[in-house]
Formats: sequence, C-alpha cells, structure tokens
Amino acid sequence: MLLLDHLWIILALPLAGAAINGLFGKRWPQSVVNSVAVGSVSLAFLAAAETVREFCALAPDQIPFVGNYFTWMVAGPFRVNFALQVDQLTVVMLLTVTFVGMLIHIYSTGYMAHEGGYYRFFSYLNLFMFFMLTLVMAANLIVMFVGWEGVGLCSYLLIGFWFLKKSAADAGKKAFIVTRIGDLGFTVGILLVFAVFQSVDFGTIFRDVSQNPRSEAVLTAICILLFTGAIGKSAQLPLYVWLPDAMEGPTPVSALIHAATMVTAGVYMVARMNPLFSRAPVAMLVVAIVGAVTAFYSATIGLVQTDIKKVLAYSTVSQLGYMFLACGVGAYAAGIFHLMTHAFFKGLLFLAAGSVIHAMGGEQDMFKMGGLRERIPVTYWTMLIATLAIAGIPGFAGFFSKDAILEAARVASHGNSTIFILWLLGVVGAGLTSFYMFRLVFLTFFGKPRYDEHKAHVHESPKNMTVPLMILAFLSIFGGWFAAPKLIGGIDHFEKFLSPVFSAYAPRVAQEEIRVVNPALPPVPPGYSEPSAGMELLKALTGVPVIVAVLGLLAAWWLYIKSPDTPKRWAQSLRGLYLLLLNKYYVDEIYAALIVRPLLWISTNVLWHVVDEGAIDGVVNGTARVARESGSELRQLQSGNERSYATWVVIGAVGFTVLLLVLLGGMR
Amino acid sequence: MSAIPISWYLVLSAVLFGLGVVAFVFKRNVITIFMSIELMLNAVNLAFVAFARARNALDGLVFVFFVIVVAAAEAAVGLAIVIMLAQHRESLNVERVNLLKL
Repeated sequence: MLLLDHLWIILALPLAGAAINGLFGKRWPQSVVNSVAVGSVSLAFLAAAETVREFCALAPDQIPFVGNYFTWMVAGPFRVNFALQVDQLTVVMLLTVTFVGMLIHIYSTGYMAHEGGYYRFFSYLNLFMFFMLTLVMAANLIVMFVGWEGVGLCSYLLIGFWFLKKSAADAGKKAFIVTRIGDLGFTVGILLVFAVFQSVDFGTIFRDVSQNPRSEAVLTAICILLFTGAIGKSAQLPLYVWLPDAMEGPTPVSALIHAATMVTAGVYMVARMNPLFSRAPVAMLVVAIVGAVTAFYSATIGLVQTDIKKVLAYSTVSQLGYMFLACGVGAYAAGIFHLMTHAFFKGLLFLAAGSVIHAMGGEQDMFKMGGLRERIPVTYWTMLIATLAIAGIPGFAGFFSKDAILEAARVASHGNSTIFILWLLGVVGAGLTSFYMFRLVFLTFFGKPRYDEHKAHVHESPKNMTVPLMILAFLSIFGGWFAAPKLIGGIDHFEKFLSPVFSAYAPRVAQEEIRVVNPALPPVPPGYSEPSAGMELLKALTGVPVIVAVLGLLAAWWLYIKSPDTPKRWAQSLRGLYLLLLNKYYVDEIYAALIVRPLLWISTNVLWHVVDEGAIDGVVNGTARVARESGSELRQLQSGNERSYATWVVIGAVGFTVLLLVLLGGMR
Repeated sequence: MSAIPISWYLVLSAVLFGLGVVAFVFKRNVITIFMSIELMLNAVNLAFVAFARARNALDGLVFVFFVIVVAAAEAAVGLAIVIMLAQHRESLNVERVNLLKL
C-alpha cells in the first residue's frame, strides 16, 4: 500500500522533470537533460507499475481506489477536491501512457539530438506526461478538465516547437483554437452535470444516476455536450482539421501526443462517463455515427496523401473513429482495447516514419523514397509489423481490437439498420486502412529508389531510436493477445478485466425491460437470441473484416508493386474524385470561407474599426482629452500673482460663509 | 456702567478685517500688504477678546496670545523676506515678483 496511498507521486515525477529541465536545462549538456527527462518518466512508469501491483491486491469493494489530497475549491454546494483514483480503466491508461511515453522519450533523445531548444522540448514533453496522467487519474470532472486543458497546452507548445517556421506556429494555433471549440461544449457539459447531480465527483455522479432515474433528455444533453469536447480533442468530424496540420511538430510529438495518448483522451472520457452515456441512447447513436463516419471519411483522404506523416495523421483520425464507434454501440472495453493497441502500433508507425525521415535527411514525400527496405532494415521490419497490426491481419494486436469493435457493431446492428450501415462503413474503412497503409509501406520500402542517392545519405537510426521501435513492434504483435482465447471460444481477458468499470453502474439489461413492456413474449434465457434470417446473415459476416483487410493489402500490392502505372492512369480518369480526395474534400477551404473569413471580416471591420477604435479608444482618449482641456483652462488661475490668489481666497471664504449661513438658516 | 453691546466690537472687527482684505488685494507695495495682514490678524484678535469678555471665559484670550506670538514670528520671517526682495529686485512692487508665473 506504499504507492496507492501516495498516488500523487506518479504525477509529481514528470512535473519535477519538466520544472528541472525547464529552469536549468538550458545550461546543462544534453546527457544531463536526457537523464532528467527519461529518468523522471521511467520512474513514473515504475511507480505506475508498482501502483498496479498493489491495486491488484485490493478487494473488489475497494475499487475504485480514491485518494483525496486536499480541498481545492468550495463555493456553496460546489465542492472540488484534488482527488485521484485508480480503477481498471485507469490501470490500462496509466500503463499505456507511461510505458509508451517512456519509449518515446528514449526515442526522442536520438531524434532530437541535433535540434536547438533540446531542453525546452523535453521540458514540454515531461509537462505533457504530467497533464496526461492527471487526466487519466482524475477522480472528478474538474481535475480531469485540468489535465484535459493541460495536454492541449502542451500539444500547442510542441506543435509549434519550431516556432520560427510560420506553418508550425500556425498549426499550433489552429490545434489550440479548434479544440477550444469542443472544449466549450465540454465546459458547459461539466456545468450541466453539476447542475443536475450537485457534484462533479465521478463516484457520486455514477451512484446517483444508477439509483435515481433522470430525464433522458437532460442526460442526452449532457452526453452530447461532453462528446463535443471529445470531438475536438480526439479530432472527429467536424473538428478533425487540426490533427493533420499538427504534423508540423517533431515526429516524436506526433507519436506521443497526436497518436498514442492525447487524442485518445476523448475516447477515455466517453468510456469513463459510460454510466451517463449508457442511459442516453440518442447520444450513443450520435457517438457511433460520428465515429463510423469519421473512420470511413478520413480513411478515404488517407488513400491519396503523399506525405508519410499526413497518411498516418488521417489514419489516426480514422482509428479514433473506430474507438468512438465501439463506445457508441456500448462496447467500451473494445474501444479502450483499440485505444491501447493503437497506442502501440500507431506510436510505432510514427516513430518508424520518424526514423525514415531521419534516414532520408528530412524528406517526407513518399514518392521521393522507395527501396529503403535493405538500407534501414530495423525500421522496415518494425514498420511492417505495425502496418500488419493496423490493417487487422490476424495474429497482430490491431486485429483483436478492431475485430472486437466491428464484432460489437455487428451484434448491435441486429434489428437496427442504422448501426448496420455504420458497421458497413467500418468494414469498408478497414479495407481502406489496409490499402493506404500498405501503399505507404510499398512506396517507402519497395520498388526502386526515387531519391538522389548521392545527396541523401540513407542510414539506419542509432540504437536509442531503434530499440523503442523493437519494443513497440513486440507489443504490436502480442499486445492484443489478451483477447485471443475468445477466438477459440474462451473469454476476452481484456474485456473481463475492464468489466467492473463498465458494468457497475450500467443500466438494467434492455432485454428485461422489453419483457416487462410486452409480457406476451416468452421469457428468454440469458445469452440466447432468437434466430432469424437477419441474424443468420449477420453471423455469416463475422469474418468479413479480415477478408476486406487482405483485399486491401492485395490491392495495394497490385497497384504499387505489380503495375505501378495504374494509380496514375486512375488518377487521370477519375480526376475529379482524385482532386477531391487530394484536397481533403476542401474542408479547410470551406471552413475558411464559412467561418474564418467572415470572422476576420467582422473582427476587422466591426470589432476593430468600430468597437475598438470608436468606442473603447474613444472613451479612453476622451477621458484624457477632458482632463487635458479642463487642465489648460484651470491653469489660467495659476497666475503667480498672489493678489489674485488672495482674491480667490476672499471669494472662497465669502462663498463658504454665505453657504454656511444659508445652510444653518435652512436648518433652523 | 452701561456695557457696550458685543455687536459693536464685532462690527468694528469686521470693518477692520474688511479694510485689511481690501488693502491686501489692491495694494502693490509689499510692506503695505504686510501691514494689511497685521490689520486682519488684529481684527480677529479684537473679535476673540470681545467674545471672551462677553462669555466670561478665558479661552478667547489664550487664542489672542497665540495669534500675537505667531504674528511676531511671521513679522520676523516676513520682514527678512522683504529685505531680501528689496536687495534683489530693488523694488517693493509685488507685481514684479512673478518668476513662477506661467
């Protein structure tokens, strides 16, 4: 019980690292900065591991384990404690975040070795770890919000790390502003939660909602508002536009923040609030629709991107869509499972892409690579493993988690054609994922080199970069095997582990309610569903995602290895569609025309020239002018002639005397 | 003995004070101005004494002593200033002493 009683230590370690490096790192050599940064995160990982070990010894009624540290604010009934908690969901997030974070810190010591502002980078990265851990360990919405905004801040700082580059600074601002739109919804959602439940504490809210029936409309409103925050943070339609631009940041940042951890905060939050979401079917449907549509939509954009990091960025948006699809059909465990495996394989993909970029001396265009297989074998093999994982090829981590999601959607689609369409979108998206990922691999590592061999000194990355790749590759294979027994009729250990979190406050099974409403139906034993033509069809669709993934692989192989001229011909013949995809459906342009430019116009012509210059400056300058002009009038009195002063004194004295007499006379 | 009513003293005091004010405002010679200040002070002294007698109290008389002491001190400082002024400006006209004027 050593660390469980001191949960704050896990947070304090990276915070201390950030403070030490931020304050003193500038004067220290890289090796010292490395030790502080990597050391603090490694210690945080060890602390998290020890916490989990102690957690496993807890009795079920002690879970979630809450540590209250101090009362943060009190205002009437509004009371917020700085409280952290550990339950099964936190355990998964804690281990994923600290472990992947540690690997990416190690990788960064190699990747950033030749960059200026080395200490600043690691200070921000440690600060990010602090806020991310705050987010996942928070025991109430307000502390969670602190972490939520903190990771947004670090995301901004790290995207704009090369702030002298205008595109990087702009991308940082875009990320910050776009997520802020979602955060507005999140904030209002938190306030609404407080208004309804008189508490922001997770345990109190969940107990309340499971014991007292609440109006479904209010719960739906709360869930939609909270989900708005998730849309911004996790880059879903329509607020996904910041994530592709965020690739301006250094690649380890893309791996840690924009793939493995921060962007999954939305999924985590929805899963955390599952007792509310489960009671708001409309909100759940919205979550599922947004997730599935985003999964499909951004996969189509990923098909034609040429920048290796942009492909991965759209792929991240797409995979986050799958996680939301899972949450939307009630399979929170599958969503969190995919979150974890995604952290492994997408973190790996970004790190490997960083290794490729490093090897190519900064080149990011896949059409200027090719044939790198023999030159950088470690990168090639690890990236291939990650690609197999994300494509959902059986045996790799991504297969188990994505299959769990699509399986859950398939089961939920029974008698619900909307969800069936979402499932279909998910399956097609899975095929597209497989296609664009293998396209990336084939373009980068196969074929003939398309770069100038004399100019680019292609070289494998140093050990501190390749070892994290290998560890993540290992996890990309075996990280999903918790669920493997299910394939042969066993149980999904991951789902079983998380089930206390998702079943403790779950609403009573819908099946029973239907029975109550319609007593004519015969009672149904648990675990049995009626056979029907639709059900038979759905059963037959179990293996479809795998088939689709393999088809995607074959299509990529055929188009980019077998006959590499075909893509160009297709781009010519389907020019309209190709341009539409290449320009990302012109969404940035549409937003610019509909929102950004009108906003700028109003800001310039109304707020600036009328309100600011007219009203505000008018008041300020007017005050000054009144003071100046009355002063220049009054200073005529200061003649320096004491006889005139004396006259004023006399006039004043007489005036006061008269006034006094009048007043006294009046009183009498 | 028929007592002179207090109002007579007060009227005299007011007249003297008024003369002092008028002299202060209209005269240009700094010595005259100085004298008019003394006149005003003594006009006030007269009022104090009159009130002290009318009310049979001593505090008015105490005030008078203070005023006389302050007037003496003022005369010492003021006349020194006048002498310096006369040496520097070779004039006692206050309108010529206007260096602080804007």
